[in-house]
Amino acid sequence: MPAKELIRLSGLTKTYGQGDAAFQALKGIDLSINVGEFVAVMGHSGSGKSTLMNILGCLDTPTSGVYAYENIEVQKLETNQRSMLRRHALGFIFQGFNLLARTSALENVELPLLYRGLTRGKRHEMAEKALRSVGLPDKLRNKPSELSGGQQQRVAIARAIVTNPITLFADEPTGNLDSSTTHEVMTLLTQLNREKGITILMVTHEDDVASYADRVVCLSDGNILSDTLNNRKNNK
Amino acid sequence: MTWNAFLIALREIRRNLTRAFLTVLGIIIGVASVITMVTLGDGTTKALQQQISSLGSNMLMIRPGMGFGPRSASAGIPNFTMDDVEAIREQIDNISAVAPVSSSQMGTIYMQEARSSSITGTTLEYFSINNWTLAEGRYFSSSEATSGAAVGVIGDTVRKELFNGEDPIGKKIRVGSSVIEVIGLLKAKGQVGMGDQDDCIMVPINTVQRRITGYTSMHNIGTICVSAVEGTDSDKLVADISSLMRQRRNLQPNQDNNFNVFDTRQIADTLSSSTKTMTTLLAAVAGVSLLVGGIGIMNIMLVSVTERTREIGIRLSIGALAREVLLQFLVEAITLSCIGGIVGILLALVICLGLSQLIDIPFAFNIQINMISFIFSATIGVLFGYAPARRASRLDPIDALRHE
Repeated sequence: MPAKELIRLSGLTKTYGQGDAAFQALKGIDLSINVGEFVAVMGHSGSGKSTLMNILGCLDTPTSGVYAYENIEVQKLETNQRSMLRRHALGFIFQGFNLLARTSALENVELPLLYRGLTRGKRHEMAEKALRSVGLPDKLRNKPSELSGGQQQRVAIARAIVTNPITLFADEPTGNLDSSTTHEVMTLLTQLNREKGITILMVTHEDDVASYADRVVCLSDGNILSDTLNNRKNNK
Repeated sequence: MTWNAFLIALREIRRNLTRAFLTVLGIIIGVASVITMVTLGDGTTKALQQQISSLGSNMLMIRPGMGFGPRSASAGIPNFTMDDVEAIREQIDNISAVAPVSSSQMGTIYMQEARSSSITGTTLEYFSINNWTLAEGRYFSSSEATSGAAVGVIGDTVRKELFNGEDPIGKKIRVGSSVIEVIGLLKAKGQVGMGDQDDCIMVPINTVQRRITGYTSMHNIGTICVSAVEGTDSDKLVADISSLMRQRRNLQPNQDNNFNVFDTRQIADTLSSSTKTMTTLLAAVAGVSLLVGGIGIMNIMLVSVTERTREIGIRLSIGALAREVLLQFLVEAITLSCIGGIVGILLALVICLGLSQLIDIPFAFNIQINMISFIFSATIGVLFGYAPARRASRLDPIDALRHE
């Protein structure tokens, strides 16, 4: 099957601040990502990797350049259109989990479905299935404060995949986790990529974590330093 | 979409009951205190108005002496006579009734009960001038009045103190050294600032003069009560009566009045202006509590902005539209404000009913103040619940998520 292009960036820049205080986080990124790829974006802090991820995930807007998602020029879309793109095609996993506090795991996972206007029964069913698929079938009623970090991140993954997104964005998904839970979460992501064909873009600064990906893009000072294919350790 | 926002808003309220409770509490306190204070102020004013109107409508009282106070009891100033009463009746325009009052404090006895009451000798007109109505029995007839029959009409306090639940009509009581038959019982008027009005016994003036005090002269009328025709200029009436009385008392132009004409409307005016001041004061205090309640609401809303901004970021990042998030916050704010407002009104109702029973004033429900305080707090609640959400929903999702 010939690789189909999903994401194309050309000359993408992002500048924070204005005038003398302006800081250019991205200095003209050209990148192409195909459907089904598992890409790790690496770099030191301040290299612009998180900025790139946020723009790709439509959480932030570029200053200039072209960002095409499935040939749609995202930078030209209006706020609401970008919301609809997030709602229907994208999923997010954050370093800080970003779950709603005092809200059960099930309700957190149901949240994206609520905005899709699904019925209560359907929401429950899908959310339960997603939580089961991340290995938390018995934590439906638990609130984030009653879960460990790894479990919270798995709830967040369930929330991201419950809508069957085309692309999953993960910003340092293991940043707050210890090595064994890191392995659990990364295995889960790899599975999603393999079994469901979800394209995954992941930001990390750990080589170990990046080694789960097919392809590693290294950023430095707002430019792409290297773009290499991985010899995946679990690619057997 | 509206239903959805409603659902999400209610979930969010249920999830953050403490926050919701504190917000609502601010509104409840504000609304309840304003309504309570203004309602009680209104009730007090109403109570005073009722008491004032029980004094008599458009009544003027003419008394010997310079006026109230130290110089009023000057010795040697003559009382009025029945001729004065008749002169006023005939020569002054715009009066509907005139009655002489000859009052004295006397011992009264019925069976074993004895006490001291005010005995008023007067004419039939006195009852209408002073707004008295009969509870039982009858007033004295004109022949009884002329002949000075031994009959009397008693006030409610006299009945309670002397008769111990017995029916007083037809009973004979001893007043001073004579015996009087009770022919009528007056309806109770209650306390007024100047004492118990119901502690009284009214007898024909001739009866006082002939049987009780024993004076045969007509020179013992202490007060003349005059009732003005509705809508009369009472200042002009006071002036007319004054000039007539000066003439009848042979006062020279350089002499001061040795009598005074007192307009009960003055009491009414004074009392109502002082209750108005009180109501204004209460409203001001209540306004402060409303403000404090409002600030409470603002604080809770502002304190939760950080958490809520992050919540907005999360919702936006998983694909909520800005207007969906806004609608949710609006519904939340309106729901909380309305609950607070309604509970506040109900609480005020309970407090007002209880307190007005306790301090014995009529309960005056004031729809206006209920509306005003409700709308004021609800507006603050909605404004401060909605404004931060509006700001946050305009951010890029990532900025909302990173909000510190």
